[in-house]
Amino acid sequence: MSLLELRDVEARYGEIRALHGVSLTVADGDFVALLGANGAGKTTTLRAISGTVKTSGDVLLDGHKVFRRTPEGMARSGVAHVPEGRGTFTTLSVLDNLRLGAWVHGTASPRDLAHVFEFFPRLYERRTQQAGLLSGGEQQMLALGRAMMAKPRVLLLDEPSLGLAPLVAREIFHVLGQLHEGGTTIVVVEQNAMLALEHAQHAYVLETGRVVLGGEASDLRKNESVRRSYLGY
Amino acid sequence: MTNFIQQIVSGLASGGIYGLLALAIVLIHRSTGVINFAQGEMATLSTFVCWALMDHGWAFWPAFGATLLLSFAGGVTLQAVVIRPIQSGPLLGIVILTIGLLIAFNGLDTWIWGGAAKQFHGPFSTAPIRVGGVAFSKQDLGVIAVAFVAVALIGALFTRTRLGLGLRAAAVNPIEARLVGIRVAAMLALGWGLAAMLGAVAGVMAAPSLFLEPNMMQTVVLYAFAAAVLGGMDSPIGAVVGGLLLGVLLNLVGTYVHWIGGELRLATALAVILGVLLLRPSGLFGRAALRRA
Repeated sequence: MSLLELRDVEARYGEIRALHGVSLTVADGDFVALLGANGAGKTTTLRAISGTVKTSGDVLLDGHKVFRRTPEGMARSGVAHVPEGRGTFTTLSVLDNLRLGAWVHGTASPRDLAHVFEFFPRLYERRTQQAGLLSGGEQQMLALGRAMMAKPRVLLLDEPSLGLAPLVAREIFHVLGQLHEGGTTIVVVEQNAMLALEHAQHAYVLETGRVVLGGEASDLRKNESVRRSYLGY
Repeated sequence: MTNFIQQIVSGLASGGIYGLLALAIVLIHRSTGVINFAQGEMATLSTFVCWALMDHGWAFWPAFGATLLLSFAGGVTLQAVVIRPIQSGPLLGIVILTIGLLIAFNGLDTWIWGGAAKQFHGPFSTAPIRVGGVAFSKQDLGVIAVAFVAVALIGALFTRTRLGLGLRAAAVNPIEARLVGIRVAAMLALGWGLAAMLGAVAGVMAAPSLFLEPNMMQTVVLYAFAAAVLGGMDSPIGAVVGGLLLGVLLNLVGTYVHWIGGELRLATALAVILGVLLLRPSGLFGRAALRRA
């Protein structure tokens, strides 16, 4: 059974419709990439899942329809959403940011903190600093580390490589691969299609608020139109 | 010299009250960016409740405890019922609503209890004690002590508890806070509850030396605004230190600068606001938001 399913989800920002009936499924333990041009509806799809935008249509978790989705409710159900732009609590310390990641579990366990610091030793060095003073790459690591503290069933990531040096972007995706191996289901929106298709198992391509293509990541890499539009060769 | 010390002690006592009310203002401002102009009238209403309980034969401390609980519940309810529906609207709308609340609470006090000033017997004696020529009362010392205890408790809540972390997170970035599972709406209501409770402490501490009437806190709240600006609108510690500094400053200026005297006390406080905004807009303890691009 699929862990997460979207059925004919529509979303609008005021008068502008951003999603025209998106349907997709994410299996338990899957690593899914959402590809598409700017304005295709990738970010809105993540927002629809985490309940940060009003939608019609159904979102199913474990085969059950989720009524009245709210961000805090979805977080409690095991969905961790890391929005674009490395949303961190900029005036709080790195350690407090990580503690907040574990909010749905009550207090942060030292073991989970140690686990995050193992992945990101630089966060440990900077644990008492204000999050806003970290570099872009470090903030993305912090955002990811905070999501790890929630031990989510589904991790939603919006453009994790945006504005990062290629090496740092690779490091982030390397960590995602490890989390995936550890059993976390991952849905990532990524403009670097090459990088995303290299790590993901499945991918969907969105165009103007609709899913136009979906399948195994390896197949999509060979697909002529995907290659021309998103991989550029 | 004894007069100098005298002025400092009584300045600290009134400053403690400014600080408590400033702390209430800061708690709401830092979580929502709203200046609650009704904070003073909310404090007066709480004080009336305490007075009414004592008038019905309650002893001070039980009445005070019940007042704190009622004020907390009142603050939470006020936020949930009146503020939340327009929370997502423009900030100016909320600020104007708090001015409306100011007028409403003031009218409510007068309607229930009348406009005549009432004697309020606090827990601390106002009889002067003399130590080496300096006269102060238990009331003065009590107010200073209560202010410090309140700040220590609020500080501990914010920095030492999980709830405090949630309150801070909801204030810094409400959208992110919801994404990690924090019920931001509940945190905002809690902030109003805490602010109402602090206001009650300020009102009850001020009442024995001010007489209780519907306009009791109207000047006090202006000093509290000055204290909050002086300390930094977003700094709880700053609010209280700002209050104490302002209390002492006003007393010293009033005593030693003859052309100011008692009449220009309020104008001096406004000069402090103006000066701080010109020279150091983030206040003594406020920090300009640090952000690496």
